[in-house]
Amino acid sequence: MTLAVRDLAVRFGGVTALEAVTFDVRPGSITSVIGPNGAGKTTAFNVITGYLRPAGGRVTYDGVPLTGLRPSAIARRGIVRTFQRTSVFPALSVEDNVLTGLHLRGTAGFLEVLAGRRRLAAEESGLVRDAAAILEFVGLAHRRRERASALPYGEQRLVELAIALAARPRVLLLDEPGAGMTGAEKTVVSGLIRKIREQGVTVLLVEHDMRMVMGISDTVIALNGGRVIAEGAPAAIQAHPDVIRAYLGAPRDPA
Amino acid sequence: MMRAGGWLLAAAALTLPLWLSSAYHLHVAIMAGIFGVLALSLNLLLGFAGQLSLGHAAFFGIGAYTSALLTLKGEWSFWPALAAAVALAGAAGWLVGRLSLKLRGAYFVLVTISFAGVISLVSVNWIELTNGPLGLPGVPAPELFGWSLRSKTAYYYLVLAGLALSYLVSARLVKSRIGRAFVALRENEPLAESVGVDVTHYLVLAAVVSAGMAGLGGSLYAHYTRFVSPEVFLFTYTVTMVVMVVAGGKGTLAGPLVGAVLFTVLPEALRAAASWQWQMLAYGVLLVLLVFFLPRGIVPALQALRRRGAS
Repeated sequence: MTLAVRDLAVRFGGVTALEAVTFDVRPGSITSVIGPNGAGKTTAFNVITGYLRPAGGRVTYDGVPLTGLRPSAIARRGIVRTFQRTSVFPALSVEDNVLTGLHLRGTAGFLEVLAGRRRLAAEESGLVRDAAAILEFVGLAHRRRERASALPYGEQRLVELAIALAARPRVLLLDEPGAGMTGAEKTVVSGLIRKIREQGVTVLLVEHDMRMVMGISDTVIALNGGRVIAEGAPAAIQAHPDVIRAYLGAPRDPA
Repeated sequence: MMRAGGWLLAAAALTLPLWLSSAYHLHVAIMAGIFGVLALSLNLLLGFAGQLSLGHAAFFGIGAYTSALLTLKGEWSFWPALAAAVALAGAAGWLVGRLSLKLRGAYFVLVTISFAGVISLVSVNWIELTNGPLGLPGVPAPELFGWSLRSKTAYYYLVLAGLALSYLVSARLVKSRIGRAFVALRENEPLAESVGVDVTHYLVLAAVVSAGMAGLGGSLYAHYTRFVSPEVFLFTYTVTMVVMVVAGGKGTLAGPLVGAVLFTVLPEALRAAASWQWQMLAYGVLLVLLVFFLPRGIVPALQALRRRGAS
């Protein structure tokens, strides 16, 4: 059940976004990808989840190749992502957002829907219950009926998380879940991520907030210029000379 | 409250021929019903899946021609011809959906316009089949158990049944996970994909159902006017459908019906009240006012008003 990334290469025109990127995400772990802007973190996410075709290399989950599959097919295999910029279904209520996330859990087919089979009403109320449980989990039960676009920013990010959870991920990829949040909101999100992992979901996240990264990760992968420059436990990464150089620049040569 | 209003409207629709004595008024009601089917059809694509088809008259016309040709030249009876009209229009919807898989927004619109243009040219030039610009006169009136539905009252009930069916199909789809997938495409396609909504599948499905429904409208139209010509492919038909859906409220179930009734009755009412130039002017002004003051449509505006009243 390992998500394995092997020799990934992505080029945009002449620019190399990723080069020979290789890492594993151990099942049940919280793994973070860090790196300065432009390091290729989101690009790696886009390749893993099928939004971008790599020029070379492959991604496998549990030994099964994911490269070349469409995002919806990858989601069906249990690999679900969130987006860096807030991404909800803006005109829908919070509850309908989560119900849409539950798409794969529904089984109603076209003809059954047209025939109005009685079984569907039971399925539908089951989905509504599931949605309520997920909203309870992320702490948005009281916002159920509100339009997603009317919620403050931090709560919209929680809606996003709820949508992703509804898709019943086995690996959850979170793209900067704490971006733009207040300190208190970040604490809440960190707590949620831990709880999600406790339920057996593997978490891979891209995050800039080092306190959050170091606090919750089992493993940290540092990218710079499209390459993996370090991988290891948070403490080791924090002390890694290449990582420090990537963030702060090389110390000036003593003249 | 809402439900009671719905039943009241249904009762009014069912008893309409009893208190609309004039054949002319009944004619307007029949046309409103046919356009109701077309508006519901366009609304599935435009209002729910969020894709504007500006070639919707093509599906309407394909339905009309299929039904007319099968009854005239194939000597089919009306009911199988109606089913074939729905099926063939649906197949055309499948084709357009597949052709424009990767296309959204303006590009999707262009594909639908081009498709309608091509089909219209075929109807004009394939003279052996379609009789060209002269059209096909003498399309037979439908029969039910040997009982002709030639009278306006009988035809009104036929159209009403078609409208009810279209509404039921729309309502059931929209309230299911399929309808939620349509709306997800409209609202945020990348996010929809990330939770496993197969975008291609649902876009094509929306196109097929929408086109099939337009084919139903086409068949009902052909057997009512008893005459089909390449005029059924006119862009005006598409524009009328778009106006009905947008003014009534796209993405709502009642909106297209309200729009269809309003924009069928209004030109007729204006015709009685004013000369031709003034009619068009009044129609235009009303449209501008509607778009200006109720940009989301009549039904959403009423819903907002009701919510405000409740809170």
